[in-house]
Amino acid sequence: MVTATVPVGRAHTARPAAPARSRAVARLRAGAGLAPFFGYTAVFLLLPTLIVVDGAFRGADGALTLDGLRDAATARTAQVFWTSTWLSAVTAAIGTVVGGVLAYALSTAPVTSVPRKVLTGFSSVLAQFGGVMLAFAFIATLGTNGMVTRLVYEQLGLQVPPDLLSSMTGLVVVYAYFQVPLMIIVFLPALDRLRPQWREATAVMGGTTAQFWRRVAGPILLPQVLGAFLLLFANAFSAFATAAALISQQTVLVPMAIESAIRNENNTGMDSYAQVLALGMVVVVALVMGAHALLLRRAARWTKDAR
Amino acid sequence: MTAPTLTGGTSHAGRARRRQAVLRRTVLSVGTVAMLVPVVALLEYSVRFPLTGAVDLSAWRKIVAGRTTEYQSLAPLWSGLTSSLVMCALTVAIMLGLLLPTMVWVRLRAPRAARTLELVCLLPLSIPAVVLVVGLAPVYRFLAGTPLGSSTVWLSFAYVILVLPFAFRALDAGLRAIDLVTLAEAARTLGGGWSRILLRVVVPNLRPAIVSSSFVTVAVVLGEFTVARLLARENLQTALFQVNLSDSQVAAAMAFVLLTGTTALLVTLELLATRTARTARPRGAEPSRSGVGREPRGDHR
Repeated sequence: MVTATVPVGRAHTARPAAPARSRAVARLRAGAGLAPFFGYTAVFLLLPTLIVVDGAFRGADGALTLDGLRDAATARTAQVFWTSTWLSAVTAAIGTVVGGVLAYALSTAPVTSVPRKVLTGFSSVLAQFGGVMLAFAFIATLGTNGMVTRLVYEQLGLQVPPDLLSSMTGLVVVYAYFQVPLMIIVFLPALDRLRPQWREATAVMGGTTAQFWRRVAGPILLPQVLGAFLLLFANAFSAFATAAALISQQTVLVPMAIESAIRNENNTGMDSYAQVLALGMVVVVALVMGAHALLLRRAARWTKDAR
Repeated sequence: MTAPTLTGGTSHAGRARRRQAVLRRTVLSVGTVAMLVPVVALLEYSVRFPLTGAVDLSAWRKIVAGRTTEYQSLAPLWSGLTSSLVMCALTVAIMLGLLLPTMVWVRLRAPRAARTLELVCLLPLSIPAVVLVVGLAPVYRFLAGTPLGSSTVWLSFAYVILVLPFAFRALDAGLRAIDLVTLAEAARTLGGGWSRILLRVVVPNLRPAIVSSSFVTVAVVLGEFTVARLLARENLQTALFQVNLSDSQVAAAMAFVLLTGTTALLVTLELLATRTARTARPRGAEPSRSGVGREPRGDHR
């Protein structure tokens, strides 16, 4: 507050000019305090995003062109986008349903119970930091020498297909292992915010449990369920590590196509292809996350601290 | 659960509740077992020799032996681990040094920038790491030409961006719980300067939030694969990826340690968060969730 205390002696003569100037100085100082953070994010967040967006519309000579987009519009590109999309949609659906049920079961346990804490903690790890390690875990489970593979063979005489984990079916199973936990940690807070009073109010008015779910909890939770589905979709769509660790021979998903383009050092044209693919991903994820934000705003009517 | 409700006395409601309890326990047990199977399999895989099925602790012995010349193929693992640990420290330092003063500054001096700050901090949620890397490649090519060079540890700059939403949420929850403006004014009337307010007033009051944001940062950095892989740097995860090709049992053992270790870290954090929520907000306020629990996005990007 240095700027607010104008020296008393000179205050009379300087009165008309000082407040305006000191306000400007204060604003400048306030802005200066923000400079390090916004400078940093400008270089490492905004600049890379701009490079992607800008690069997608530039040719090798640096001129603005749509050639890059046109060149990228091949059956191959369509294929990876389609595969990524349905994989994300299917695993998001599985995650939403299974994770939703598990989250509900967890929400009926007291907040302080240890199983609940351990399960949510483990869910966070699986959902957010697993990646490569999750892929290893599945090789140990369903790979040719995996624990479940052997168990199923010894007990039931069934042979798990040896290439299961590098197939799309396998990928769906593995993705479910980070989608379900993500649903649990996203949806649990929403369930916790269902007030017991609402259920009591329904009961007082003669409503049954089924009616409570259909008429009260259902409509309140619906936007959040849809929002969670979109979030899971975006999560699977941007996932890279797990698929990369399981499938090394082919390029089936958009992030893998980006990787092979960016690591290809011989062909400089591939850089712009990577940028076009990246732009495509940004557009898809931004649309999905935008819809998610709208749904959450709708859900926030009933939940004070929803963000 | 045990609190009697309006209809708690009737046998019908009692039966319904018992049925619900049984159902809940069944669902939770099945879910927990299903989630644990791959982790148990990982442990089994690390000790079971694939051809004969004999139990064999050699993978663990190699890990315990640490960095020796005996196991050359594991050298990337140790250098990757070292890089990742250095990056944990560096990322936490940059994240706290950058984010905390800015968030405090915005609350005290530039409240009009609050929306922008939040928007920028949450932006990485909408930009997959794969996409960010495409744009970061030229930035890192430029960095390699500066005195900084192309050392792996500078990936920390990108990791700060990846953890920004997680860290922001954790710190934001902490700042919401204290009356920063009053505290800062009190410090100022006592003659405290800006740095003193930050270090002597804000930091001690925010300790739980600082701890949880740091834990989340560590977890993200230890699990990061995409950026390192696409920029052709070696961190813990890319090293694991590589070691898996030559010695998959060691990779499995290491993955087991990391998965269980990170879980322990986060459960501790969760316990810490609820404990401080109970002590820090005595006026019946809702317990604040830790940054982890609220975080909606994964790090598979």
